[in-house]
Amino acid sequence: MTRTDPHDVPRPDARLHFGVFFQGVNHWTIWSDPSSGSQIDPASFLRVARAAERGLFDAFFLGDGLRLRESEGGVHELDVAGRPDSITQLSALAAATERIGLVSTSNTTFNEPGDLARRLAGLDLLSGGRAGWNVVTTHNAWTGENFRRGGFLDHADRYRRAEEFLSVARAVWNGWAQGAVADSAEARSWSVPGAVGRVRVEGAHFDVDLAPTLPRSAQGHPVIFQAGDSGEGRDFAARNADVVFSAHGTDFDDALAFAEDVRRRLRAAGRAEDALRILPGTEIVIGATEKEAEEKARWVRLHQVTPAVALGIASRLWGFDLSGRDADGPLPAEDPVVAAYEGRFGTRWVDDPRAVVAEWRAKADANGWSLRETVIELGPQRGHVGTPAGLAEKFARFVRHGALDGFNVSPYLVPDGLDDIVELLVPELQERGVYRTAYTGTTLREHLGLAPVA
Amino acid sequence: MPRPALHLAVEIDGDGAHPAAWRRAAHAPGELLSPRRLARTAAAAENAGFTLVTLEDSILPPGSADGTGPVGRIGAVERAAFAAASTSVLGIAPVLATTYAEPFHVSSQIASLDHVSAGRAGWVVGTEEDPAAARAWGRPVVGGADAIAREARDGLRVVRDLWDSWEDDAVIRSVATSRYLDRSRLHYVDFEGETYSVKGPSIVPRPPQGRPVVLAPAGLVPAELTDVALVGGPTPAGAGAAASAAGAPLAFAEVEVALDAPRETARERIADLERYAPWEGRPDRLRYTGPAAGLVELLADLAGRVDGVRLRPLVLDEDLAVLSRLVLPELFVRRLAARPLPGTTLRTSLGLPRPLSRFTTAGAAAPAPEETR
Repeated sequence: MTRTDPHDVPRPDARLHFGVFFQGVNHWTIWSDPSSGSQIDPASFLRVARAAERGLFDAFFLGDGLRLRESEGGVHELDVAGRPDSITQLSALAAATERIGLVSTSNTTFNEPGDLARRLAGLDLLSGGRAGWNVVTTHNAWTGENFRRGGFLDHADRYRRAEEFLSVARAVWNGWAQGAVADSAEARSWSVPGAVGRVRVEGAHFDVDLAPTLPRSAQGHPVIFQAGDSGEGRDFAARNADVVFSAHGTDFDDALAFAEDVRRRLRAAGRAEDALRILPGTEIVIGATEKEAEEKARWVRLHQVTPAVALGIASRLWGFDLSGRDADGPLPAEDPVVAAYEGRFGTRWVDDPRAVVAEWRAKADANGWSLRETVIELGPQRGHVGTPAGLAEKFARFVRHGALDGFNVSPYLVPDGLDDIVELLVPELQERGVYRTAYTGTTLREHLGLAPVA
Repeated sequence: MPRPALHLAVEIDGDGAHPAAWRRAAHAPGELLSPRRLARTAAAAENAGFTLVTLEDSILPPGSADGTGPVGRIGAVERAAFAAASTSVLGIAPVLATTYAEPFHVSSQIASLDHVSAGRAGWVVGTEEDPAAARAWGRPVVGGADAIAREARDGLRVVRDLWDSWEDDAVIRSVATSRYLDRSRLHYVDFEGETYSVKGPSIVPRPPQGRPVVLAPAGLVPAELTDVALVGGPTPAGAGAAASAAGAPLAFAEVEVALDAPRETARERIADLERYAPWEGRPDRLRYTGPAAGLVELLADLAGRVDGVRLRPLVLDEDLAVLSRLVLPELFVRRLAARPLPGTTLRTSLGLPRPLSRFTTAGAAAPAPEETR
């Protein structure tokens, strides 16, 4: 095996950062295997968080969805569903972990900034400066049906509201001067006069007047994560975020193109190129040999893409119900039906169903694939497969060339799906000098190597 | 043996019930907002043998009328979840108001607290009455007692329905049919109130207790929607009468307590704090000032009149220690009260049955009468 010369690359000293995403929506989390544990028991969350902490991960990350996904006229039954409120779960984990960052996905459309900023600041204080906020937006009226405000926001306004939301949140987090609390019980008052400010905002989306109730944390305030992949989302990240998630972490050239695009947007936003960490989501399948890894990956795919799941994915691509078809038979003969998308199944996976179906047909015909085989080969893809040494070599190249700063790993099994990564891959990365051998800071901001908050 | 009659709860918000309590706290003022101090207070309440702690909250600063008190507070749900992970048998009930908050979020937060605590969650139904809260939320003012009560009632209905929206056995993991869930055991709640509607189902599976324990001030919301009414009265007889009138399964009396400490009497401690701010009495709360033995007698008297008490100590760091050393042990010795049993839910500790989802479909098994987990 040839190793990259660490000095012949743009970033010879770069280190890889890992986060863990508990738990995936969609079909990525395998629930049918006997080793699959509870998706809601606090012990499962603690098991994963502690494994990640043992592996010196930067962050433990929880997703969020404010309405259960639907398919074929009712709640979608095939995938893992049901999860805790993220800030509540993470506040519990703050008491049971020491170092790992705790990142909550929280929505700017169906929350209000005075309330959410306070909750996040509380998590940040309780964890000693380990909180992060993955900022997500929603606009659809379907999700709004769970909220007293309903579907009040236009699609075009979702990032505008998010940006204004974030500026109110930052004002709340910066509302107390350093040393705002008296250092003695004999002082005239609990707070130092003039040290606790007020936040008054009259913007397009918010009319707020409040007195912030919390000081800054050990890291200043929560680290901002962002995941939107549209041009608008990338610009939002370039202007506002400390970390960007992406779906561009499998193919090297694709990852590098994304990273360069993000750096271009950072420069345009007047920020330094190293002000933003790029952590694509990924799945990592590890085997002792390449052959074993491939066999394991095949097992993973077959358990993720069951015949019913394959038909479900095909139904959403074709735009009508295919649940009665034979997944092991040929692709449906019909053309796809393209209709307006209501958001019942999260972010739309393809923009042009007709083109995708045409490509599927061509490749299925050429290879003799069934519908299920086609979904496995060409459907939503993710992840890296290999030996610990092979993956470490590959990841070292990614990070040293600036194609990414690390990965947000989705374990395909909960709660012990991280163990291979922690026990087998991390030591190989450490040996190559691209992974920390101990936590050097206490806060999430320090783990990520971000500049302190001004 | 039947469980003893009197359930013991204690409010652990801030530094104590007195607006100047922070001046007698055993820590530096700013330490109030630290995880260490929260964990220590929760552990003190658990070790003392309390069944339940409650956590006051508002989006507005706690403060005192003259502006000299603490103006910092971590959100009650976040504190509750952190405290849950720092304890093992203690019930934990944060205050949440649905005056402005989204009931969908409140439902998820309390359900999640019940999951992280393995069935030890409660919810104290609160209200945001100050119009300043509307400005802090950035929402139109809910003005007047009727509108505030309406939002509390509708919020509670939505939250309960969302807790019920997953039947206990909704996760089937049917490998043969490739289904993780059985959608027929998930229910749209389709709540239609006067001012809003909520579709459902919840995004959180049904809580371990089915429905976490709901506590509410007597009269705020319909009693049949609650488990515990918080009642008051200037005398034990008054509290007893209020408990009988409350109509909820259980009624807890609100009792402010200031106890003689090793070096200073309760009166001396109050006088010390009165130099800074008055401790206004309230007609809907009992107040006890004096030696521990007298509080034991008061609680023994109350045991025949109410189902439990919520104590509001003058200064947590001082009074919790006296409660722990002299008051609760005596109640346990006299079998007037009991420590929560390891592995029990808050419902079980309070002798409340575990409710079936109101949406339960035919064929679901009846719950075990005395559930432990």
